[in-house]
Amino acid sequence: MEDWVRFLEINAPRILELTIDHAILVSLAIIVALLIGVPLGIYLTTNEYLAGTVLQVASVTLTIPSIALFGVMIPIFSLINQGIGFLPAFVALVLYSQLPIIRNTYTAIKNVNPEMRDAAIGMGMKTHQRLLRVEIPNAMPVIMAGVRTAVVLNIGIGVIAAYIGAGGLGVLITQGISRGDNYLIISGSLAVALLAIIADAILLMIQKRFTAKSLAN
Amino acid sequence: MITFNQVTKQYNGSSTAVKNVDFTVDQGKIVVLLGPSGCGKTTLLRMVNRLESITEGEIIIDNDNSKDLDAIELRRKIGYVIQSNGLFPNMTIEENVMIVPDLLGWSKKKKKERFNYLMKLIGLDAKDYGKRLPQELSGGQQQRIGVVRALAADPPVMLMDEPFGALDPIIREKIQDEFLAIQREVKKTILFVSHDIDEAIKMADKIMLLRDGEIMQYDTPSEMMMHPKNEFVSQFFGKDRAIKSLSLHTVKNLEEVIGLAQMDESIQDTKTINVHQDLRNTLSMLLNQEADQVIVTNDEGGKIGSITIDLVQKYLHFEIKGKMSVSQEG
Repeated sequence: MEDWVRFLEINAPRILELTIDHAILVSLAIIVALLIGVPLGIYLTTNEYLAGTVLQVASVTLTIPSIALFGVMIPIFSLINQGIGFLPAFVALVLYSQLPIIRNTYTAIKNVNPEMRDAAIGMGMKTHQRLLRVEIPNAMPVIMAGVRTAVVLNIGIGVIAAYIGAGGLGVLITQGISRGDNYLIISGSLAVALLAIIADAILLMIQKRFTAKSLAN
Repeated sequence: MITFNQVTKQYNGSSTAVKNVDFTVDQGKIVVLLGPSGCGKTTLLRMVNRLESITEGEIIIDNDNSKDLDAIELRRKIGYVIQSNGLFPNMTIEENVMIVPDLLGWSKKKKKERFNYLMKLIGLDAKDYGKRLPQELSGGQQQRIGVVRALAADPPVMLMDEPFGALDPIIREKIQDEFLAIQREVKKTILFVSHDIDEAIKMADKIMLLRDGEIMQYDTPSEMMMHPKNEFVSQFFGKDRAIKSLSLHTVKNLEEVIGLAQMDESIQDTKTINVHQDLRNTLSMLLNQEADQVIVTNDEGGKIGSITIDLVQKYLHFEIKGKMSVSQEG
């Protein structure tokens, strides 16, 4: 126990700093993933043919082992002298988040009660009015579930980003493994787990706040 | 007024849902589209606000060919009520009701006034219910909201697709009565889909009976029951329809039209019946007792006359003849 106290005394500022790095990397990736995934998911509800293909590609992306995807990023981004570091890690995380976000958005919009959609059209709503006023609000819980899956997934996968020099909590774990330092490994892992739990709780709060009372459950 | 000119609907060139349908819904009247499922009644209704395209023919709404109008504008000028779940659960009652006025860009003040007026029409407190969400209301209240939502922008024409179909029989009758009372005030031109014969008889100025996309008969309810044009119509309404239609009238109606009979004090042991009882129950009471009269009482219990089988029969003929002459004038 005393050892832990001493370890934390020395390393706490560094752990905190790496946690913040990790959170920034994941948040930025999620924001960009949302900006791509939600509109794409909505668009796919109007294009059945493309929907099958895109969802298939997104599924395949998720099956690529994370370490391999990070590896593939290196030669590609080397072309613009960004082979290691933040950018390739960021792009990989954006790709990983696409499946849960696109799929949940697509499914949520598709599953909006057809009678509700019929009423909206029958009353003379234009497509964008129908989406903004009826379909997206009613699809919100399922879309948010996808976002939460993506965030937790990215916090975990973000650990691997340390291997390509992107920093974050993965640094503690990789260093711990190479040095055989259990304190580093355990503190890194706990920080990742804690970060995932906190992020999920915050998103749940946001979800409840922005979901109509009627749909909260 | 809605006029259908040789309207035909074909799906993918093969199956025909509606065949050469030709009829007019007069200003301020309710026409009920009736028929077995798959007869094309809902398709016909949805062609009016262009939720279904028209393969051949045309639909004229108040002198405008529906094809020439912008679909969005057309729909905003037509009230639309569906069976259930048409209310949006993410919006309050007030937001739900004011959707079309909102789309049309009405001012806040105008919307508020209209909302208060509409809620008064269905007897719900605007302040109390306005802020509630649809699922906090009973099924009957939700359907009332669905009806006034369609009335919100005061459209001349309304389309109602089995609006009361999901309600239990007691609530359904109550809301039908309420709706007829509202209709007497607002006088909309209404196309109403139903598969319930009793509902059609009650609501319709005219019934359009369809089978396999073709018109079987287009007439007033009584004319249809008394003079069915073909075997299908008479079978659809059944042999006992005339008697069943008596349930739509009360002793009071009879009293107002032909008057009650004198009480025969010499007959002992006769039963009494309230003046608001319907004639079908009255008839069965008459048939199930020895005496050939039943004493009619008012709400205070006072005896105001008596009723006999002859009177009921007379009323039945009078009503049917009366409705025939009305339909000929119209």
